[in-house]
Amino acid sequence: MNETVKNVGLFALVGALILITGFMQSWNTAILILNMGLISAIMSIGVNLQWGFAGLFNVGIMGFVALGGLAVVLTSMPPVTEAWAAGGLRVLSGLLLGAATIAAAVIAHRKMRPGRTRGVVMIVILVGGFFLYRAVFDPGVEAVEAVNPAGTGYLGGLGLPVLLAWPVGGLLAAGAAWLIGKTALGLRSDYLAIATLGIAEIIIAVLKNEDWLARGVKNVVGLPRPLPYEIELQNDPAFVARVAGFGLDPVTASTLYVKLGYSVLFTVVLLILLWMAQMALKSPWGRMMRAIRDNEVAAEAMGKDVTARHLQIFVLGSAIVGIAGAMMTTLDGQLTPGTYQPLRFTFLIWVMVIVGGSGNNFGAVLGAMLIWFLWVQVEPIGLWLLQVLTSGMADANPLKQHLLDSAAHMRLLTMGVILLLVLRFSPRGLIPEK
Amino acid sequence: MDLLNAIVAIANYVLVPAISYGSQLALGALGVTLIYGILRFSNFAHGDTMAFGTMVTVLVTWWFQSLGVSFGPLPTALLALPLGILGCMALLLVTDRAVYRFYRQQKAKPVILVIVSMGVMFIMNGLVRFIIGPDDQRFSDGARFIIKAREFKQATGLSEGLAIKTTQGITIVTAVVVVALLFWFLNRTRTGKSMRAYSDNEDLALLSGINPERVVLYTWMIVAALATIAGVLYGLDKSFKPFVYFQLLLPIFASAIVGGLGNPIGAIAGGFIIAFSEVTITYAWKKVLGYLMPEGLQPEGLVQLLSTDYKFAVSFVILLIVLLFRPTGLFRGKAV
Amino acid sequence: MSDNPWQDDRGNKDASITNKEGMGTVPYSSEAGGAHPAPGGPFLIGEAMTGGYGKGPDILHECTVAVDRGEIAVIVGPNGAGKSTAMKAVFGMLDLRSGSVRLDGEDITDLSPQARVARGMGFVPQNNNIFTTMTVEENLEMGAFIRTDDISETMEQVYELFPILREKRRQPAGELSGGQRQQVAVGRALMTRPKVLMLDEPTAGVSPIVMDELFDRIIEVSRTGIPILMVEQNARQALEIADKGYVLVQGRNAYSGTGKELLADPEVRKSFLGG
Repeated sequence: MNETVKNVGLFALVGALILITGFMQSWNTAILILNMGLISAIMSIGVNLQWGFAGLFNVGIMGFVALGGLAVVLTSMPPVTEAWAAGGLRVLSGLLLGAATIAAAVIAHRKMRPGRTRGVVMIVILVGGFFLYRAVFDPGVEAVEAVNPAGTGYLGGLGLPVLLAWPVGGLLAAGAAWLIGKTALGLRSDYLAIATLGIAEIIIAVLKNEDWLARGVKNVVGLPRPLPYEIELQNDPAFVARVAGFGLDPVTASTLYVKLGYSVLFTVVLLILLWMAQMALKSPWGRMMRAIRDNEVAAEAMGKDVTARHLQIFVLGSAIVGIAGAMMTTLDGQLTPGTYQPLRFTFLIWVMVIVGGSGNNFGAVLGAMLIWFLWVQVEPIGLWLLQVLTSGMADANPLKQHLLDSAAHMRLLTMGVILLLVLRFSPRGLIPEK
Repeated sequence: MDLLNAIVAIANYVLVPAISYGSQLALGALGVTLIYGILRFSNFAHGDTMAFGTMVTVLVTWWFQSLGVSFGPLPTALLALPLGILGCMALLLVTDRAVYRFYRQQKAKPVILVIVSMGVMFIMNGLVRFIIGPDDQRFSDGARFIIKAREFKQATGLSEGLAIKTTQGITIVTAVVVVALLFWFLNRTRTGKSMRAYSDNEDLALLSGINPERVVLYTWMIVAALATIAGVLYGLDKSFKPFVYFQLLLPIFASAIVGGLGNPIGAIAGGFIIAFSEVTITYAWKKVLGYLMPEGLQPEGLVQLLSTDYKFAVSFVILLIVLLFRPTGLFRGKAV
Repeated sequence: MSDNPWQDDRGNKDASITNKEGMGTVPYSSEAGGAHPAPGGPFLIGEAMTGGYGKGPDILHECTVAVDRGEIAVIVGPNGAGKSTAMKAVFGMLDLRSGSVRLDGEDITDLSPQARVARGMGFVPQNNNIFTTMTVEENLEMGAFIRTDDISETMEQVYELFPILREKRRQPAGELSGGQRQQVAVGRALMTRPKVLMLDEPTAGVSPIVMDELFDRIIEVSRTGIPILMVEQNARQALEIADKGYVLVQGRNAYSGTGKELLADPEVRKSFLGG
């Protein structure tokens, strides 16, 4: 069997699995799986760029996803003018002061000679700057959050079209990645793993606690959509007439229409990014990246700036993850910082990349779709399995109760088992790098 | 000005909690650092290893309690601890046999082992949630306090009270004993020295007749004990919740790295540095400053540098500063 | 990309998750192939060895090196001649396609390096030959790891041989000077009470004065009755103390004879000793 046939077969298999879901469960579920699968595929492409092509170990994917989500709020929500009037400028100048403090400390570190004086000056700048920042920032935040806390209590966004938020999400993630990479990608060795792990937690903490920014755990709901609302479609006589022709009722048809609309949008983005990733891979730049990966010493001897290249690919990969994060929040229609969990948004993406095939963009896409399908479906399958296994027991049996209650946790176990099996028996993944 | 009350307030709200939290982090970081030094990778499953050992201990504690067994004023969990350690050892040894050993034979690169440990993390995480559920479990019993705030106030006549929970006392005593035992083992026994030799130079250890499989076996057993003890102490002090243990991974990694990965002394120092920074920076100093500042100058706000929600940020910023200025950690670790 | 997918780390060098320092290269195999009697011949001989690393090309071609009781045998030759490789072949660290290794009347060709240590071969690698983070005394203790009897007497002998080590015995070995480190390395190997000692370039990277001292020490070790097989970069000095010398060129025996013969041989002088 040649390779292309095998790969097409693998994709067809995933497609079939989704179709089966459509026929057996519901088309809504099937398209939901497809949509999140497409988003996961984009995240995987980003992570694959970093790990597959440069060996960079990013365990803060969750943070970049969340930044993408934040971008949707900041771009598309209407600005809360009252809040801006109450303390918007104060908050902004507070942030600027904070940034200026750090910049001043960095400049002092660079310009002054090493020694005790430099240390003292830096500490004075940082401590003084911190209190100054808090003095300006805190009252502003208080004022902003006091404006209609039940409804807004935050600054709002720019009120721009929501599709614009996707590239903005990429930019936001890229900016964060640049900062992380600049500090964590050293010369002889790096400490990217711990840096990304930490930053991701901090980003989530900021999203949860800075209510003025995106309402924190009160969530931002009702984000604008790139597609019409179901209710509008149902009230549109032309739409109702058209679906009646297919023999569908307007309610089901409208939800399917919207979800399929997202599928189309996501597929377009995925194809563009996939095409770009493939082109980059085949370009001289991509060849150089792989040359660095496979023999860094030789690449360095040839005058390649390894650290700069690593920074480049780290920023690019994170930007792609940020775009996916923005898409996901758009699909959800709300930003809920409490739902960002490292197992789901960092480690699961890693499972996708490894299972699909590190270093192969198509592998990343396949792995993402397959693993996402399993992530959703293992729960019902596990429940069914446990029901069959415990069918002999009495309903009141506490063990049976416990097992059935615990079915939801089967998915974590399954993901671990799949990852270990693939690593052991097919270490290059389902579609290996050529 | 009321210096005594200020000192008591600091002791009550900062020193005691930070020392006990620091001990828990130090024990966790010791496990991470041992695996890093000997098996040469950072174990992402360590938080879940702690959760598993604690879970076994919790289950045994409940069983003991149902039998009416108790440990007097001390928590029953201490009686159950040895069984918890054994359970955790069994799990780790089975995992090593079924998973890690293959990669050792393949001479797999450390980063591959890191990915493997992610898989193990998923499995252990699922296992713990499957068996005991994702909810909060309390299993502390016995006397709650060694010193009660009210009694302290009566005895000293101060307006500020000092309370030391039994669990905090146990944490500190246990940590001291465990650390002393570990250092005695590593520095004084033949097996301990062979583990250090293997960590230092694998090939030469082999040429000296040290059996790597045996070194690895002992390492996992020690790690199981350290992880379970750390987990049980943390659970007694706060409560047992699987997800929280998973999240402990960041401060534990931070402690190990701040101290210098692969260096046991560094792991302990790192644990206390992280714990003290977290507690001092997220503590509201209003009360203490109220005692210290002259009349009229007392602060009105909470004087809290950062809200407690940012405690992860604190450990991380400390970590970043250390790495920027001393990439090998405070006590020369193995990194770089 | 590496042939073995598990050895492909994609150039990752993340120090916060991976620790490559001190990582081993020698594959560990617990199953030791058998040894069988092969009486006669020199005490230790690698005879007609042909082979290379893994599946790579052959580095040694019909190469023979041997050492007998009470002797010092030296392997010299130009860079890349396969001197260290020959040594490693004798120690079982590379795959022989043909040829055999015999020790004390036994054929040990199929034994793993660890099994050879147990049979009395002491080996001092060229690099990373001490435990840098451990004290000098702990280094010696680790050298004697396979012994179950009292090691204090052997340690005393090592201290007598290398008095500086006694002085520094509580110091981490990594803090010692180059020459002192080599003494620790040799001392560690002696702790097993080996029947034969193999040294891979013991004087690499030390100053000429230290080198002379090291050679004196090696002669002293040899006087205790242990046969020594060593690889040396400094051919002239090495041949001066050698009972037997092997000149290797491109993995083959080019010349062999006693140290004096080789020193006197005009061909050898011209090609390898600089006239």
